[in-house]
Amino acid sequence: MSALLTVAHGIPALLAEGKDNPSADFSDTPLWITVIKALFIFVYLLVSTLIVIWFERRVIGRMQQRPGPNRNGPFGLLQSLADGMKSMLKEDVRPKAADALVFTIAPLITATMCFIAFAIMPMGGEVNLFGHRTPLQLTDTPVAVLLVLAIAGVGIYGIVLAGWSSGSTYPLLGGLRASAQMISYEIAMGLSLVAVFLYSGSMSTSQIIGAQKNLWFIVPAFFSFFVYVITMTGETNRLPFDLAEGEGEIVGGYFTEYSGMRFAMFFLGEYINMFTVAALATTMFLGGPLAPPGIAAINDGMFNEGWWGLLWFTIKLWLFMFMFVWLRGSLPRVRYDQFMKFGWKFLIPATLVWVVLVAFFRGAQNGWLGEGGVNFFGRTFPVASLALVGVVAVGALIVGWWWDSRAAAKEAAAADAPQSSIDPFAGGHPVPPLPGQTLAEPTRTAAAIRSEAVTDKEAIRG
Amino acid sequence: MSNPYVPLFILLALGFGFAALSVGTSLVVGPKRYNRAKAEAYECGIQPSPRAEGGGRVPIKYFLTAMLFIIFDIESIFLFPFAVAFDQLGLFALVEMVLFIITVFVAYAYVWKRGGLEWD
Repeated sequence: MSALLTVAHGIPALLAEGKDNPSADFSDTPLWITVIKALFIFVYLLVSTLIVIWFERRVIGRMQQRPGPNRNGPFGLLQSLADGMKSMLKEDVRPKAADALVFTIAPLITATMCFIAFAIMPMGGEVNLFGHRTPLQLTDTPVAVLLVLAIAGVGIYGIVLAGWSSGSTYPLLGGLRASAQMISYEIAMGLSLVAVFLYSGSMSTSQIIGAQKNLWFIVPAFFSFFVYVITMTGETNRLPFDLAEGEGEIVGGYFTEYSGMRFAMFFLGEYINMFTVAALATTMFLGGPLAPPGIAAINDGMFNEGWWGLLWFTIKLWLFMFMFVWLRGSLPRVRYDQFMKFGWKFLIPATLVWVVLVAFFRGAQNGWLGEGGVNFFGRTFPVASLALVGVVAVGALIVGWWWDSRAAAKEAAAADAPQSSIDPFAGGHPVPPLPGQTLAEPTRTAAAIRSEAVTDKEAIRG
Repeated sequence: MSNPYVPLFILLALGFGFAALSVGTSLVVGPKRYNRAKAEAYECGIQPSPRAEGGGRVPIKYFLTAMLFIIFDIESIFLFPFAVAFDQLGLFALVEMVLFIITVFVAYAYVWKRGGLEWD
């Protein structure tokens, strides 16, 4: 309980200091510096993609007790480069039934759109670049975060059009699945960011970073962070949510018919999108280029200045990359209806409730719900925040009790229900039993007995 | 730098240039060997299923999901300005936000009850 009290007191105090943050200053940034920075981001993303593909294969390899690629270059580092060159020299097959124009445009859309969102990510503090003082951020607008969501929305077009234009069954299925999946999770993603806007009072990324000087938003908006991490995995079609390209079900999904460099463009787009969503998570919740709490205090914030930000930003980005790989190494793919159910029936309402909660806390912190304070342990706690913590705790207990009793009732009902048994070969194909069903022993056919007899004979022969 | 959107177009041009260049190069450098089977739709080696005229029909649930997306996405977009201007608006913003979310929840409960959120 005392931890809760500390949270109720300490977080508002830390957040209150971070108001009215100046946005990044681009007044001393001529166009040619902007072009250089754009080139830097472009190269940064390409190199990161090459490394992350190698990194993923190596780490997955370790997780599966095998070495992974280790032939090309030191530790196999040049593997992705070799793969890229190889796909360049491969034939670019276009199926007869494909729509020629859209089939060509789709990978270009994906590969183009994935770069843009990185323009608004703050990658470091202000640095001197050829005699000009400029922030390590390409640009910033008052609606920067909205811009990222919009660009992600355009990126979906590439996938949907690729699936539609291939003139083939599996790509069509994959494209449809991808579109439904991405738009469903985009809602929860947008809602999870509302809490951050409430705390920072801005949609400009540099101001959001400024608001996190004292406290990263992962603490006061922890639930938003969890929701965001889940939705970003869904948005990028990564395991366990890679239903749009599930190779066991629909071959490769939307890019089944693609080959050569056009396929490589989809590959590139997917990996850069991973970096984009991870960069947004870093910016919104992990303080972007700000140094970790302990290091930030050293030498009057020395490690928060200039180029150091790029280091922290990259480290945080790669933590997310490792998480992506770890998820892929440990979780199987979910079922599509479960996935949609989770998004629509849990993430969206839960995030909405969370947004209301955060709004109330913010209101209490601004003193709109009464100014009174109580003295505990020699500190003053605002009454409104304490009351809110109490209400939330009671509400959580009630919901938990209701949930528990409902689950118990369901279990009891399931135990009473008669076990239905199915014949696995009823339709001519072997069918696995659904939950609650038991298998009826199939009546043995003459063919089955005969085949067993053959096996016996072979067994004797050795 | 006057317009904050100019850098976006620089990056867009870079990305498009890279994508077009690499696809174009592979078209020039890559081999072209004709094979009738290669140009057919890939269905794991079996005869490809015939395509319906104009792409065929799509299950209605995708359309439903798209409609629901528009409703709820616009809702979340409405919440963004609320959140950004929250501190300036005062208690009014809090009450208004709660009322708005309650209204949305009514619609959400209706959709759930009618089975709009069931995938099967």
